[in-house]
Amino acid sequence: MEKKNAETQKNWNLETLEDGRMVLNMGPSHPAMHGIVRVLLTVQGERVADSDVEIGYLHRGFEKTCENITYNQCVPYTDRLNYVSPLINNVGYALAVEKLMGIETPARCQYIRVIMSELSRLTDHLTCIGANAMELAAFTVYFYLINAREEIYRLTDAVAGGRVTPAYTRVGGLTRDLPPDFARMTAEVFKKVRKNLSDADKLLTRNRIFYDRLHNVGNISKEDAIAFSFTGPALRSTGIPLDVRKATPYLVYDRFDFDIPVGSNGDNYDRYLVRLEEMKQSMRIVEQALAQLPGGPINHPDFNVILPPKEEVAGNIEALMAHFKLTFEGVKPPKGEVYQAVEGGNGELGFYIVSDGTGSPWRLRVRPPCFALTGGLSQMIKGGYIADIVSTFGQINMIGGELER
Amino acid sequence: MTNYLLETFKAKFPDDVLDTHAFRGDETVILKKEALLKAAAFLKDELGFDFLMDLTAADYLPREPRFELVCHFYSSKNNYRLRLKCPVAGTDARVASLTSLWTGANWFEREAYDMYGIKFEGHPDLRRILMYDGFEGHPLRKDYPLKKRQPRIPHRE
Repeated sequence: MEKKNAETQKNWNLETLEDGRMVLNMGPSHPAMHGIVRVLLTVQGERVADSDVEIGYLHRGFEKTCENITYNQCVPYTDRLNYVSPLINNVGYALAVEKLMGIETPARCQYIRVIMSELSRLTDHLTCIGANAMELAAFTVYFYLINAREEIYRLTDAVAGGRVTPAYTRVGGLTRDLPPDFARMTAEVFKKVRKNLSDADKLLTRNRIFYDRLHNVGNISKEDAIAFSFTGPALRSTGIPLDVRKATPYLVYDRFDFDIPVGSNGDNYDRYLVRLEEMKQSMRIVEQALAQLPGGPINHPDFNVILPPKEEVAGNIEALMAHFKLTFEGVKPPKGEVYQAVEGGNGELGFYIVSDGTGSPWRLRVRPPCFALTGGLSQMIKGGYIADIVSTFGQINMIGGELER
Repeated sequence: MTNYLLETFKAKFPDDVLDTHAFRGDETVILKKEALLKAAAFLKDELGFDFLMDLTAADYLPREPRFELVCHFYSSKNNYRLRLKCPVAGTDARVASLTSLWTGANWFEREAYDMYGIKFEGHPDLRRILMYDGFEGHPLRKDYPLKKRQPRIPHRE
């Protein structure tokens, strides 16, 4: 044991330290530590003097697994990265492989991907704010927001056949087209989401208790946020209007009119407001996309990329061969490497893929947005109250699945 | 096609740049690992690359040098991305840490160390991050078997 402890530089124990400080465990199993994260705190009275965030309890070897399976088999695994916004991961992954292959999907596919990404962003933010409010004892709000989320889950369920694990994209296309009355369903769902959001807004935004718990808590400056590689709502709350959808538009994001909300303080309250506004913008994007939605195919026409339709497989030798090749060997991007970033719920979600020309990636790296955010947690909670860790941690929106892969 | 950024790099570090390419529009500079720190500082201070978006590694066994350190930089001022790669030998898997330039490199480097066993010199707190302390080996290395079992670790005191 002695030797192993030598690797750990900070020698933590639960005894009281000499100068009156105390070491305290927050987690790994703590109701406010979404999933399992352990924060080892050194506290001076009620204040956090120092902390060490220990992660890795949900590590599943996603990257190692993907090196041993074909490209399309990775798609269901990407669902499990950020499991409250799985469709963004699906889309990001498919885009990365398509960039590697140098292909582009048809316009209808790109629009559908935008719509599904934005629905996922909604579920992500709804969960984040809802859970955050619940942890700060606003339990009603949780149900308002989770009910709204459930409506969106029903919508994505109708489209992709799964609430939390849709595995909706394929390299070069999608598993299926939108259901025929999707636009009407979306309009109905949005009516309910808007109502619940405005209820939650009324209950929280100008609520004295909620405001006091969030305002000027978990502050981070612009410079620190950049140094910690923050992205997403956490970065925008400091006033930097960086959003991958605007900065380097992928898919058809450049065809929509939407705003990037920014904060000014870099505290939890600003992060909350940024998320609230982003949801409204997401609904705007979905409505514009539905209005512009073109017809046509959803899949890339090349049978070396996407599985041919079943009628073709049964009646045509080329399609049959393509079907076998794709099923057994998978798509084969040329040798090379790409990095593709998309705007996830928490920030920049990047996929770095190295191909050696075979059917499975040589290296697949995910740049999870909340990895950088959780890395900055120690600094954000330093000097604050123990009870405020809950609100800061909630607004970081740590998602174990993508943090630890 | 000439590329401004890659040309600037070649002109600035003529002895250290091993290769450059721009596959699918991703501009990449491959340089000697000894020059990593000064190249990163040049990127940050003079070219305006303020974000270290990602830092990771890759294992190219049986090629030697087997590892490659991969950094993705992003400039929010110019809205530009650049990838920097450094070959790292398996026998001497150590490279300079970027924590002095970006605090956020801390966790990225810990992960690269955890997964590949690359040591980052000058890192303030280099220990495993996703795996536990008693873990044997580095799981993302290509010679780490997919289904390898780990020895049981004794209870903590």
